[in-house]
Amino acid sequence: MRHILAFIWKHNFFFLFLLLEVLSVILIANKSFYQRSVLSNATDRVTGGIFTTWSGITSYFSLRQENQRLAEENVRLHHILTKAQLTSDTLSVNVTDTTYNQQYTYTVATVISNSTNRRDNYIMLNKGKRHGIERDMAVINPQGVVGTVVSVSENFSWVMSLLNKHTKVSARIDRLNQMGTVVWEGGNPASGTLLDIPAHVKINKGDTIATSGYSHIFPEGIMLGTVEEIEVETGDHFYTIHFRFSADLNSLRHVYVVNNLFNKEQLELRKNIINE
Amino acid sequence: MNKAYGKDILRFFLLIAVQVLILDHINLGGYVNPSLYVLFILLLPFEIPGWALLISAFLIGFGVDSFSNSTGLHAAASVFMAFLRPWAIRMAGAPAEYEGNLKPGIADMGFRWFFAYTLLLVLAHQFILFLFEAFRLAETGYVLIRVLAGSTFTIILIILTEYLFMQKRK
Repeated sequence: MRHILAFIWKHNFFFLFLLLEVLSVILIANKSFYQRSVLSNATDRVTGGIFTTWSGITSYFSLRQENQRLAEENVRLHHILTKAQLTSDTLSVNVTDTTYNQQYTYTVATVISNSTNRRDNYIMLNKGKRHGIERDMAVINPQGVVGTVVSVSENFSWVMSLLNKHTKVSARIDRLNQMGTVVWEGGNPASGTLLDIPAHVKINKGDTIATSGYSHIFPEGIMLGTVEEIEVETGDHFYTIHFRFSADLNSLRHVYVVNNLFNKEQLELRKNIINE
Repeated sequence: MNKAYGKDILRFFLLIAVQVLILDHINLGGYVNPSLYVLFILLLPFEIPGWALLISAFLIGFGVDSFSNSTGLHAAASVFMAFLRPWAIRMAGAPAEYEGNLKPGIADMGFRWFFAYTLLLVLAHQFILFLFEAFRLAETGYVLIRVLAGSTFTIILIILTEYLFMQKRK
């Protein structure tokens, strides 16, 4: 025993290196554990505080762009308002209203930190558990899909951006109703990849891609982007489609966090199937 | 002793701030993300004990990680780089004696020495960083591009910063 200790002491530089390196790798591998830990809550408080101050300063530089985006969204919403539609009161009309229950609620949040130049990009929001944010909520902005909430602390939350190697969003090509999966292959932060569309259907450049509504996270029909480049690898039965993201993920400011009120019910139902 | 490390402690916080508030938001084609903060590890005094070198490298890596939700990634790369530092000093040509308070910067050691020393360590750092970030073999090409682009920009930034803040020796 003495000899072992003496040996370790003699080579303490190497053993300390080994210890710290293993610790780092454990942190990388067990991210989900770290994100639920006390340590993460404490570091989030510090980093969140600093980011809030900093984004308070830098937000002035993007005000014009942000206003433009909000104005465009207002116009779109005015279009679907009842006031914008012709009403007639002369005839009695049977209205079959199929909406009877609210499924999604929206919370507005501000992006206080964002990156687009890593392989795994994350966005920090200034809302957390206290504001009703939970894991697995969708994050969108007026232009389209932004990401998914992956970790929440008391006052802040981390969002996995679309620009992440773990991204997998169920999507469809609007015109054809064909289902596929959106992933990000790294590199260009303006362009994503749509997989699993069978090679027999005819796809055009400029076709729009939106969420399918088949996931329990994203509502149906949120824009993802427009088709730019279509490829089929030889011997493959599926397209590899490169498309341009509709949301500019490099200039995010205000986003909406979407809460699916039926999330639990849908998940439980699925769990029942898997258990059987 | 305390006075000697005062500057390093200041540099520690300053470099984290510059890294996470400014450099992490730079975006050139989605490939380039210079890691200027490693300058902290490069500039630690020659005579720093091994354990302090490793632990301070771990701390600055962990600090940068906390701001980018990349737990352990920068810590792993920084610790690896610190581990190689004594070797890199030998490779670049160790100073004959540490007397006279030589510091591992351009001012004391000259441009050629500093360039070789920086090149070795930054390459090691970026290699571990992007390898662990991708974490899959299928992306080897992507990793190599990022290592080369990242190292080039990091080294340019480090040398510019060195010249900018260089204090002439009497």
